[in-house]
Amino acid sequence: MGFRVLQNGEVTLVEVEGQLIVGNRQELKQQVLDRLEGGDRKFVIDFANTGYIDSSGLGVLVSLSKKIREQGGELRLSSLNEDLRTLFELTKLDTLFRIADTKEKALEGF
Amino acid sequence: MALNPRSVSNGDLVLELPTDVRTIEHAVDYVIGRCPCCAEEARRLDLNFRVGLTEALSNAMLYGNSRDPSKRVLVEIAFLEGCIEARVTDQGTGFDPAAVPDPTTPENLMKPCGRGLFLMRKLLDEVTYNAQGNQVTLVLKRDSGGVLEGGALA
Repeated sequence: MGFRVLQNGEVTLVEVEGQLIVGNRQELKQQVLDRLEGGDRKFVIDFANTGYIDSSGLGVLVSLSKKIREQGGELRLSSLNEDLRTLFELTKLDTLFRIADTKEKALEGF
Repeated sequence: MALNPRSVSNGDLVLELPTDVRTIEHAVDYVIGRCPCCAEEARRLDLNFRVGLTEALSNAMLYGNSRDPSKRVLVEIAFLEGCIEARVTDQGTGFDPAAVPDPTTPENLMKPCGRGLFLMRKLLDEVTYNAQGNQVTLVLKRDSGGVLEGGALA
């Protein structure tokens, strides 16, 4: 369980390995906020290798999206599996985020 | 990580957890690994029940026990005919679940918290609290059909 942060041109790509839950959400939040403070404005969080996101994890994504927007940036999400997409749809967070099928599609035109 | 299983009888489980959110993932995996189910039920168990139990434990530790490491969370799992029942009890003063707002309304959508109880109600067949509000009972019926056929909100 962890996070991999990569740079793709101007875009910061964060890959979530395992789960994004109450026990590790602060680590993700801090990594993204550090990059935001360092001047990064375009973020993609990829869930291709993520099994589960709990409500705390969803909350961190909402919080990060808000902070990034306030700085004139954008947070995109990618590679949600069927279960994760169900959670986003139930909570209507699919209306809040731009969600791409793959990280490559998320990076297109960013 | 110690789960302190206190008793195992008739296949049912009783766990006592410390107030430490790092125990949640392991505890939920432990419970689900011991749930007898057929292939058709596997996704409901792995999504609906996993989400419900995870959120109940998070709420118990973060809000019920207010992250106090000296307090415990009791988890009782019963494998009944036709359903799985999970009862989660914290040592807090309780809360009024009716007072928790709908996180999907436009005014609440951008709030970072408040989705745990909503997900439990959406994904489990029954979600009930005791009068004090420090114990929640979750029920996942075995014959509810599709993955989203639960829904205590419905």
